[in-house]
Parts: sequence; C-alpha cells; structure tokens
Amino acid sequence: MSDYNLDPWLDDFASGLWVTIYFTLISAALALVIAFVLGLLARLKHIVPRTFARIIIELFRGTSLLVQLFWFTFAFPPLFGIVWDEPTIPAIIAFSLNFGAYGAEVVRGAINAVPTPQWEAGVALSLTPYQRMRRVILPQAVPLMIPPFNNLLIQLLKSTPLIYLVFVTDFLTVGELYRRAEGHYVFLYVAELVVYFLLAYAFTLVLRALEARAKARLGRPESRRKIFSFRGPTPEEELPEEEKALA
Amino acid sequence: MATPDTTTRHATHGGAVHGQPLIRFDNVVKRFGDLTVLDKLSFEVNAGERVTLIGPSGSGKTTILRLLMTLEDLTGGYIWVGDQPLWHMRKGDKLVPANQKHLRDVRKQIGMVFQHFNLFPNMTVMGNLIEAPIRVLGKSKEEASEKGRELLERVGLEEKADAHPTQLSGGQQQRVAIARALAMEPRVLLLDEVTSALDPELIAGVLGVLRDIADTTDITMLIVTHEMGFARDVSHKVMMFDHGQIVEQGPPDKIFSEPENDRTKAFLHAILDER
Amino acid sequence: MNWDMDYAIDIFPDILEAFVKYTLWVTFLSSILAAVVGLLFAIIRFLHVPVLSQVITGFVEFVRSTPIPVQLFFLFYVFPDYGILVGATTIGVLCLGLHYACYYAEVYRAGIEAVPKGQWEAATALSLPQRYTWQHIVLPQAVRIILPSLGNYVISMFKETPFLFVISVPEMVFVAKELGAQSFDYVEPLTIAGLIFLAASYPAAVALRRLEKHLGHA
Repeated sequence: MSDYNLDPWLDDFASGLWVTIYFTLISAALALVIAFVLGLLARLKHIVPRTFARIIIELFRGTSLLVQLFWFTFAFPPLFGIVWDEPTIPAIIAFSLNFGAYGAEVVRGAINAVPTPQWEAGVALSLTPYQRMRRVILPQAVPLMIPPFNNLLIQLLKSTPLIYLVFVTDFLTVGELYRRAEGHYVFLYVAELVVYFLLAYAFTLVLRALEARAKARLGRPESRRKIFSFRGPTPEEELPEEEKALA
Repeated sequence: MATPDTTTRHATHGGAVHGQPLIRFDNVVKRFGDLTVLDKLSFEVNAGERVTLIGPSGSGKTTILRLLMTLEDLTGGYIWVGDQPLWHMRKGDKLVPANQKHLRDVRKQIGMVFQHFNLFPNMTVMGNLIEAPIRVLGKSKEEASEKGRELLERVGLEEKADAHPTQLSGGQQQRVAIARALAMEPRVLLLDEVTSALDPELIAGVLGVLRDIADTTDITMLIVTHEMGFARDVSHKVMMFDHGQIVEQGPPDKIFSEPENDRTKAFLHAILDER
Repeated sequence: MNWDMDYAIDIFPDILEAFVKYTLWVTFLSSILAAVVGLLFAIIRFLHVPVLSQVITGFVEFVRSTPIPVQLFFLFYVFPDYGILVGATTIGVLCLGLHYACYYAEVYRAGIEAVPKGQWEAATALSLPQRYTWQHIVLPQAVRIILPSLGNYVISMFKETPFLFVISVPEMVFVAKELGAQSFDYVEPLTIAGLIFLAASYPAAVALRRLEKHLGHA
C-alpha cells in the first residue's frame, strides 16, 4: 500500500467526501422544498400559479443539469451584477432547482394517485380543501413519493462529480488531484466507484426505512427483507409504480 | 323565490311528526358530457322522513345523493336544503351560483356513508371520528372524543376505538363510517349502497345499526339500497327511478306489494327473484 | 440585463453544430448500444444462466448506482493501458451505452413481467407452442409497456450527454463554455445551449406523453 502513498491524502479524501455528502444533503433538502411548492402550485385551479409552476418545472427538466450549473455559476453573476461568495452556492441552486423540478412531478403524481373516494369522504365531512390536503391526502401520498424520491436522491448523488467543473472541492476533485500527483488511476477510480455505491446504498436504506414507517402508519407494514434488498435507481423520467398502475 | 310547501305527514315509524320539506329538488338537470342523467327532476323530502330510492343502475339515484353531497356539479335547476339553496346563494332578489363558503355552510347539514366506507387509513378509528368535529365544528378534543365514544357504543364497537381501520372487517368499518358521519350531527344522512360491498354475513350488523338510528332519532335519511327488507322496515316512502325520472312513489307496502307502473314491476321482479 | 444579440447570432451556428455532431449523434449511438446490450443482459438473466446472470445482476446494480463521470474517467485512463486507443467520443458512447444498458435490462424485465400471467395460461390452455406465444402474444404486449420507458430513457440520456464534458468531448456544453471563456461572456453561449436543449427535449417529452396515453388505451 505504501506504493500508493495514501497517507498524506487521507485527510483530503475525507474532507472531499464530506463535501460530497453535505452538498448532496443540502441540495436534496432544498429540492424537496421546491418539489412540494412547485408540485402543489401546479395542482391549483387558478391559472397563474399553475402556469408559473409548469414553466419552472419544464424549464429545469428540459435543460441539462450541467448547463444549469454553468449558467448559474458563470452567466448569472454578470447578468445580475452580483458575485458569488463561494462556488458551492450557485451549484446548490442549480442542483436544487433541477431535482426540485423532477420532484414536483413526483409530488403531483403521488397526490393524484390517492384514491378519489378519500377526497370524497373529506368533502362529505365538510373539511376545507386545506384540511383535506393536510390531514387526509398528503399523509397517504407521502409513502407513494418515497421510492421515486429515493431514485432522485441517488441521481443527485451521481451527479455531484460535476461540481468538480465549477471549482468545488468534492470527493472526485480530490481524486483528480491525487491522480495527477501520484499517477495511480485504476485503484483510484474503482475505489471511488465503491465509495459512491456504498453512499447510494446507505441513502437507500434510510429512505426504505422511512417508507416502511410511513406505510405502517397507514396499516400496511413492510417486511424487513424488502427494506434491505438493493435495487439501483432509474432515470428521473419514470413514473412511480402506483401511478403507472392507475394511469 | 317559491315558498316552501307546508304539507304535514304523519309517520308510522319512530313517532316523529314531519314538517317542512327539508330537501327539495327543483327541476334539477345533471349531464355528464353528452349523457343526461337527470332531466328536470323535482321532488321533496320532509324533515324526519326516510326515503328509499330504488331503480336499475344508471337510473340516477346515486347521482342524486352525490349532487346533494356536492360531489358532482349541478348542471341546471335548484336544490334546496331547508330554506337555503345549496348550489346557489341569494343576492338581493336573485339567485346566483354559490361561492365555496356558502356551499360548505349549507353542506354541513348533510352527511354521507359510502359504499366502500372510505375511512382514512392514516388515522385510528377514534381519529376518524373526531377529525371533522374538531376541524369543522370547532369542538375540543375532549368533547369530540366523548361524542366519538358514545357513537362507537351505539354502533357496538367501543372496544375498537384505538384500532386501525385495516384491522376491522368490512362490516365494522362501515359501522365506524356511520358513526363518523353522525359525529357531525347532520340533519340529513345519505346512504349510498352501504351494504353492497359487504360479505353477506356482515350485512345484518350494519342494517341493525341503521334500524336503530331510524328508530331512535329524527334524522332525515335518503337511502339507495338493494336491501328491500330493510327498505320496507325503515322507509316512509319509496321512489322508483328509471332514466332519471321518478316513475312511481309511495309507501313501501304499496310499492313492494302492489306496484302500478310496469317498469317498477319489472325491476322488483328481477331484484326479488334473485334472492 | 445585457444581452448581446450580435454575439449570440454569431456563435449560434457553432453551438448548433456541436449539438448535432456530438450531442445528438452520441445519444443516437449510445441508445442503440444500450438497447442491444440491455437486451443481452435481460435475456441472460431471464434464462438464469448460472454464474453469468448473477455476475450481470451485480454489474447492473453497481453501474446504475455509480456516477457516470467516474465511469468515464475509468474507461478513459484504463483503455490505453490495454492498447485500446480510441477517441474520447468513442469512450463516451461506450460508457453511456453501457450505463444505460443497465437501465434497459431492467425495463425489459419489468415489461415482460407486466404481461399478466393469465396470458401465458390461456395460451397453454389453447395448446399454443412456446415460440408462438412469445412472438404473437407476450412480446407485443410487453413492447407496448416497454416503449414509453425506452423513450423516456433516450430523452434522459440525451440530457446526460454533457457529462462527456469531463473527458473533453466537444459536445454542445463544452463548446458553449469554451466560447464563453474566450470572449469572457458566458451569458449568450450558455443560454443558447440551454434553449437548444429545451427546444429538443420538451417537444420530445410531450410527444412521449401522448404516445404513453395512446398505448395505454390501445
């Protein structure tokens, strides 16, 4: 192992890994908020908020993440006359908006997938639309959202290496510095792949546990085995299973 | 604006005396796209009356309940609940389409029990019962829970208060659904084929609860059902529907034993023969 | 807001050219590769070939969950060691193709499993031979289910071609950034690149949704 001269690099790798994880989590959290806001706006009857949400959703889904990343990092400042304190900021904005837009479709789809009779029971009890949404529909929609959100989270993680291109020192960046200094690449990239895979698996485990808990609240408990089994993600365009069945 | 009728009818069930019309359909039209389900339908239901709607599927009886419960939009005509229009509101001398607030206010007097129960799976039984009274009627949690327990006792499920809807049988879920509707203290209870989704051995339990409610309260009931025995026992009036029109109406004894209209005869023949 | 229209018009052809020559072309080639290799994977797994199907399953799950840039770097630096001297674009096509083959394998599997078991049983009850059942009953229904997903993945892959930036493939975003760097004005090139993406992917997405609806009712 001494041939690889890892010792002096371990701290840097650790810090790079931390940046990757923290960047993923912050972007995901913001994306979640954006997803709900846009998803709920897109369902309103009033045409102004609905169209506004639609435009943002299609804009960020239809253009590529890298374009958005570069645009916020390089085009936004001169256009609006500001300067970013840190390269992470525009990167987080780009990632949150991109994945938030995809998330909005998930939110919308899951809400639509809650069976109509549940809405009707809410109407029959004279609950207001807000009460219906908060107390009856959303609690039932959330478990449906978790598998697609899991997908999106892993897609997000898989896309973080791009921030290397906008001067954020993430895990991949450290790897590149290491490669240039020490010259090893096979070991490096295989190790990187394994690390990302383990991160993805860890995220999936957490989300599956959340899903199990949410489903248990609805009286539909999940088996332990299903929580631990691993199935990789699918690209964002896929509809959640339940919605497909009802579509 | 038409003045409501003041016909009084004496009941033979529950000892209640009927007063003003509580529900009035006034030339109601309902279209689904090209399909006209109700075409200038008019009828009245008095306070405290129990009315059963019978007829083949597609005849419009469920639509009538759904219009009252505002689950479908009204295409034409007026629906009155008490002395208030449901889908319209008064503006000076005229009637204009109602806003959401008016709709909700008038609708509060009506409750509904569905064929598929529709209990909220994200709450316990008690949770289902107290949700609307707290949020809509503004009751405190204690008040609502107290009433909830009373109602559960009435439907024979007091020990299931903390159970989850998925842990109950269909019949039990439906009884909870009835309690949930009653917790809102409605003046009118709409029952939409409430036993049609139940296994045969569970039907009697639910009908028993409904009979009890009919005997001990004054609540007005509109019932869509295939359970003719139950309809006979509980109703003051039976209305036979076909193609969105009332083809015959009268007391249950008359309709079931000596129907006059041919379509009524044919329908009853088909229904009663199955059993 | 300072938008330089002359500059924009000036660089538009370059960006569009990169789009057609690289972005579209790569998407096209990679999709075909992914569809074919994915089918291969799916068949091996379906036939439960010992050892090989487990290896492929592991491979598929691993590749799907790891970042494309890292996979690109890996192939880019490792290939020359084994005497494989190919251009960055070829590596890009191979990597994307292989990566998406893993998604396609899953789609094929899901599509075939989605055909109700009752169809097979009915075919058996009618004494129809296996091959015939596959060809005329199961596959047509599976295809109807699979087609929208395949379309979705093509669009998704199209939007991920910019990943090839990391190995310096001169696709559209690379060119846009270069132009921006040279002129110190990133606004126009990047905005144009974004708009071209939008112009290409939005109609495609709409068309795909229509196709989905149509197939759903067929």
